[in-house]
Amino acid sequence: MNRTRRSLSRPRETAARRAWAFARAMTRRGLVLGLLLAATMGMVARATYLQLVDRERLQREGAGRYLRVVEVPTHRGMILDRHGEPLAVSSPVDSIWAHPGELGANRDQWPALAAALKTTVADLERRLAGRETRQFVYLRRHMVPDAAQRVLQLEIPGVYAQREYRRYYPDAEVTSHLLGFTNIDDIGQDGLEKAFDQELRGIPGRKRVIQDRLGRVVQDVESLRAPQPGRTLTLSIDRRLQYLAYRALKTAVEEHRASAGSAVIADVRTGEILAMVNQPAGNPNNRAELRGELLRNRAISDMYEPGSTLKPFPVVLALETGRWAPGTMVNTAPGWLKVGRHTVRDVHNYKSIDVTRVISKSSNVGTTKIALSMPAERLWKLYRDLGFGASSGLGLIGEQPGILRHHTRWGGEIGHANHSFGYGLSVNMVQLTQAWSVLAADGVRRPLTLLKRSEPLDPAEEQRVLSARATRQMRAMLEKAVTQEGTGIRATVPGYRVAGKTGTVRKIVDGRYTRNRYFALFAGMVPASDPRLVMVVIIDEPKGRSYYGGTVAAPVFGAAMGGAVRILNITPDDMPSMKIAGAATPAKTKP
Amino acid sequence: MIDPNDPERGRLRLHLDPLLLLGLLAASGIGLIVLYSAGQQSSQLLLAQGIRLGLGFVILLALAQTPPRYFRIWSPWIYLAGILLLLAVLVAGDISKGARRWLDLGVMRFQPSEIMKLAVPMMIAWFFANRPLPPKLWHLLSGAAITAVPFALIVVQPDLGTALVVGCAGAFALFLAGLSWTILLGLAGLLGAAIPLFWTFGMRDYQRQRVLTFLDPESDPLGAGYHIIQSKIAIGSGGIYGKGWLNGTQSHLDFLPEGSTDFIFAAFAEEFGLIGGCLLLVLYFFIIARGLYIAVCAPDTYSRLLAGTVTLIFFIYAFVNAGMVSGLLPVVGLPLPLFSYGGTSMVTIMAGFGMLMSIHSHHARRRS
Repeated sequence: MNRTRRSLSRPRETAARRAWAFARAMTRRGLVLGLLLAATMGMVARATYLQLVDRERLQREGAGRYLRVVEVPTHRGMILDRHGEPLAVSSPVDSIWAHPGELGANRDQWPALAAALKTTVADLERRLAGRETRQFVYLRRHMVPDAAQRVLQLEIPGVYAQREYRRYYPDAEVTSHLLGFTNIDDIGQDGLEKAFDQELRGIPGRKRVIQDRLGRVVQDVESLRAPQPGRTLTLSIDRRLQYLAYRALKTAVEEHRASAGSAVIADVRTGEILAMVNQPAGNPNNRAELRGELLRNRAISDMYEPGSTLKPFPVVLALETGRWAPGTMVNTAPGWLKVGRHTVRDVHNYKSIDVTRVISKSSNVGTTKIALSMPAERLWKLYRDLGFGASSGLGLIGEQPGILRHHTRWGGEIGHANHSFGYGLSVNMVQLTQAWSVLAADGVRRPLTLLKRSEPLDPAEEQRVLSARATRQMRAMLEKAVTQEGTGIRATVPGYRVAGKTGTVRKIVDGRYTRNRYFALFAGMVPASDPRLVMVVIIDEPKGRSYYGGTVAAPVFGAAMGGAVRILNITPDDMPSMKIAGAATPAKTKP
Repeated sequence: MIDPNDPERGRLRLHLDPLLLLGLLAASGIGLIVLYSAGQQSSQLLLAQGIRLGLGFVILLALAQTPPRYFRIWSPWIYLAGILLLLAVLVAGDISKGARRWLDLGVMRFQPSEIMKLAVPMMIAWFFANRPLPPKLWHLLSGAAITAVPFALIVVQPDLGTALVVGCAGAFALFLAGLSWTILLGLAGLLGAAIPLFWTFGMRDYQRQRVLTFLDPESDPLGAGYHIIQSKIAIGSGGIYGKGWLNGTQSHLDFLPEGSTDFIFAAFAEEFGLIGGCLLLVLYFFIIARGLYIAVCAPDTYSRLLAGTVTLIFFIYAFVNAGMVSGLLPVVGLPLPLFSYGGTSMVTIMAGFGMLMSIHSHHARRRS
């Protein structure tokens, strides 16, 4: 139909009209073709611009999106005991963090996220509230890697994990005061962790990686700096002795309902500290127990008047003069002595006793008479040389160096007398251990250390403070103090000769001596014939019926040392007494 | 289909245009290769796209065997059916992502607006085929109305991308039908004058913001400018030779959004560089040029208008997408035909090319 009409109408069209139509059609075609050509050329030009002219900038921007330099976390150095047993180790954990802006866009996935984080949506909201513009908010720190992996598997945009290390202390409160602890960022906050933080802390590495849009590392490109794990710190501590001391001290503190206590064991031959314990103690693996009173390393941070545990020093000084000998008689009657306006008192009237019994009976009057026979300056010099009034050099943070006044400011004869039996000056327990190690080491002072000595002590570091002869005489006297006739019988170690001295010191509260609050002390060494170990014990305010150094502190020494000499395989030097002990408790005796 | 007027009737022949088919096969083949890389090497994705392409080619072959006469006879009915379906969508369509575009037929869901991309040019071609050319003014207005009704129905869904294509299809058909230069220039001038007025009075703040973001994507790098910045980076970092197949970083690391759908051209240009990009543009140019050649050779007004419009729709798809991906045009959400993952527009385009081949093949056979 149509075709018929068209073919009929066509001849009527004039040639001019046809030409005009053709020209118009050509222009129209030209326009379409031109448009197509222009579009193609435009696109080619655009591609050339982007891929040739602007390429470098765009490539740089592209690289900036996927190439990232990230830290490679590394763990903190381990702390080991002298035999390589771990005391502090770092274990890998993952912390989950979020980019609040990205996470906020996926609110429908919050319930799943909260479940995986073992928290509630409300808690997530609280954490993110008001932080929408930040780039980084922790959702949960220190997750077990498995659990963190489950969170990441949800693939929620804006949720990321960060490898961290968490410090773990296998021996918990046994070593807590000594080691201190790290904060959640693994930086040492107290104790050895703080003192040796620089050594222990690792240096994180840096690497260039390819990341996708969700921040997941797709590929490592190059390592810019290898991570350096922290250095391992090997202590002089013997974990076994540490535990023995801890158990003995804790038993005593609980039994006597004392408020606190400390004990230090040192190796006489090397000056290495083998144990350092305190009570009360908290578990450093539980952050809730990181409280000041549980963490304080009282052995260095608390100062005490050492009392009778200091008496051997003025006496050994007297022996060195040659004017006094162990058998020299001293009249202590009537049990008190007027010194200026003050009175020095003994517990009993011992009447006339020799120097040995001045020590074993712990006579204040006798000690005063011996000390006053020499200038105060000599006693001050000795105390100074023993290390009182100065830092013990262990490098621990928070050590109180104690107070040792110059002898000219001791306040005359009574001050001189007080200093001879351990009042008027204050020391910490490490300093007292150092002083007693001099008695044990034939008068040689070997600086104490908490780090294991990899090579023998340099003789230049040793310092002769007292003569070998006088100290040996003193050890013999101190052995008498740990007998039935002395005050320290409870410090006995079966099979070994023990030399030691008790002390019972009145506490100063608000600047005055109290009548019923005491420190109970014991300092001693074993075996007395050739001392290997020296130990100092202090119990703060025993509240039982008994509060004497001999009844409260001396048993701690006996219990700890009884185990220590066996562990260290120290040759017994008192076979007869061992036989008696062996007869009483055959099961405990070694063949 | 059997054409009773075919002089070679009775002989079994395949109606095809080998050159156009070659171009289409080449483009879709490269498309599959690029999709494998851009789609994170998912064989599932590849298979789904392969099935769609296969379906497209089956439709193309079927329509190529149909003589163009039938298209002409069907045109008003297809158009009418399309309008009715659009009305049905308006009343009972499925809502997804805030727009009412889908019609659920029980077995499958489809977009009636997709039909209009072909139905509008068919209807205009049918309308003008019976009337003398150049068209009179009221003919032109009728043609405009044929376009405007479905355009409006699609705009309210809302689906601006499809509406744009349908509108363009109508405009192209009118232009090819012989819209006078006076009117054309007048409309262009009117449009030019309207833009500043529209900017001042017709747009809301957020719409103005979008246009500004297009002009300067770096002003909003994390928001509206994100797509275009990432896309430009992907293209630019490809350089002259590209990073090589499967080696694109921006697309593989997920920085390039919609890398396997609307922005697949950026993924392609990153991996194959300037050389690959230019070759692809030449391939598209070739397909379009062949389509225009078929239109010019078409024996009657209907065929000419239909062939020309279908080709120009393809042109719009290809170059608007490329322009948007490379930052020359605003982001409007048109896929790159034969490349982008997704099936809706692929079937339409294949159907269009099928009609194109039918027009050329049947005509050529008759001529020879």
